[in-house]
Amino acid sequence: MRARAWWAAALAGAVAVLAGCGGTGGGSPAGTSSGTSVGDPVTGIVTVLAAASLTESFSTLGRRFESAHPGVRVVFSFGASSDLATQITQGAPGDVFAAASPATMDTVTRAGEARGDPQVFASNVLAIAVPPGNPARVAGLADLARPGVKVALCAVQVPCGAAATKLLAADGVVVRPVTLERDVKAALTKVELGEVDAALVYRTDVRAAGGKVTGIEIPDAAKAVNRYPIVVLSGAKNATAAQAFVDYVRSDAGRQVLGDAGFTLP
Amino acid sequence: MTQRPTRRLTRRFQRRPGVLATAGMPGVLWLPAGLALVFLTLPLVALLVRAPWRTLPGELASPVIRDALWLSLLCATLATAACLLLGVPLAWALARTSFRGLRVVRALVTVPLVLPPVVGGLALLLALGRRGVLGRYLDAWFGLTLPFSTAAVVLAEAFVAMPFLVIAVEGALRGMDRGVEEAAATLGASRWTVFRRVTLPLVAPGIAAGGVLCWARAMGEFGATIMFAGSSPGRTQTVPLQVYLVLEQDPGGAIVLSLVLLVVAVTVLVGLRGRWVGGLAP
Repeated sequence: MRARAWWAAALAGAVAVLAGCGGTGGGSPAGTSSGTSVGDPVTGIVTVLAAASLTESFSTLGRRFESAHPGVRVVFSFGASSDLATQITQGAPGDVFAAASPATMDTVTRAGEARGDPQVFASNVLAIAVPPGNPARVAGLADLARPGVKVALCAVQVPCGAAATKLLAADGVVVRPVTLERDVKAALTKVELGEVDAALVYRTDVRAAGGKVTGIEIPDAAKAVNRYPIVVLSGAKNATAAQAFVDYVRSDAGRQVLGDAGFTLP
Repeated sequence: MTQRPTRRLTRRFQRRPGVLATAGMPGVLWLPAGLALVFLTLPLVALLVRAPWRTLPGELASPVIRDALWLSLLCATLATAACLLLGVPLAWALARTSFRGLRVVRALVTVPLVLPPVVGGLALLLALGRRGVLGRYLDAWFGLTLPFSTAAVVLAEAFVAMPFLVIAVEGALRGMDRGVEEAAATLGASRWTVFRRVTLPLVAPGIAAGGVLCWARAMGEFGATIMFAGSSPGRTQTVPLQVYLVLEQDPGGAIVLSLVLLVVAVTVLVGLRGRWVGGLAP
């Protein structure tokens, strides 16, 4: 008798969990019905998959977009562009994709997952990040090649690493990095902890880190520019709101936020 | 001659434990057991199905993979050695002594099991890094900086893998018959002799099992390593780190690397289990 009750409870629990799982995927009816502005077609939830380097600026953009359209809620998934691209091509649900490089975006468009052509909405250049106080007295790219200076670079497989390789080659500087990080935030963390003397990161990352690192501008930074394309995904469940978000990113209000974060605008 | 049929019968039952075990297994357990097996093996099957078999030989021959594999084997083995050297005495202390706060100590030992490995790596940096609690003195007094070195890989792996060994060995120590130890002591053996000649051989299967688990965990270690040791080809870039990097551009190549890791690990584990654990278990 006791055992049967236990089984029943376990079964009920399992059913509840399954029902819960099903519920989250189906969109929020509460979010849809709470749209107060009559006639605004931009409602519901917009899921935006965006490159890690867009974390700060897109979070701000999302909040402003939500206040402009009270019926809408923006949900972000930030990560390495290529991880997000893999998730999209493997069928992960999403409405908008913003990548840190056109090459990554290509994998998504080639798979037929993009609705229309991706548009470049911002670009980024590299800067040298050093710990506060600049213990190794790094002043420019050439100092990164000095023996004894510990440097973190992004691996060449990721956009920031490709840009770093290009820039160092353009200036004829040969760096022997102590570590090749897989994303720019990981390289930045090593600087924040003071474990390396310098890292090549995006200018926007230096700005987003606030006072935790010091940034040194590179005069030749324009020799390696990273462009950020954005697109509405063909699997978008909420294409109207998704397109509205893309338009907002490219609007004057959007450009203002991106410019403040240190991005260069097209 | 007369013993022969009996022996053959015994052997038949011993060699085929599955036939005997089936009878004792309640039918209700078959479904969840089968589901568990499918759940654990299906992702593996998917990896095999999607592996780029045609380009496989070429990719395997690349020196980059060879270097990473050699580094993985070396570091996992050194980490296991360090865990055995330090972990077995710790397991002994946990199993055989009692003091206030023993439960807290035991909980602390298992922390690396629940801590996300990346956080473990960060903790190692904060402790042993160039500006770390202890690391700053290593740097100032001995000019020794651990992060981004092969030693850092070994440390990160040992940190994450040691609990597996400690738990296995402690369990074995608690399960063993202490009468034999007492008998040895009565016969005049010193504590150290009892430990070396009686306790250690008795718990050897437990130590071997723990060591194998520990080694396997070290082989697959990723999070703590990339945080504490960074990723530098030939020095700190083990196979799991390489998988993560290669995945960025070439998912097929990442699968190949994962398969290499899998084959090596499974081969070693099966080999070791048959030889040590299986051979010594009753």
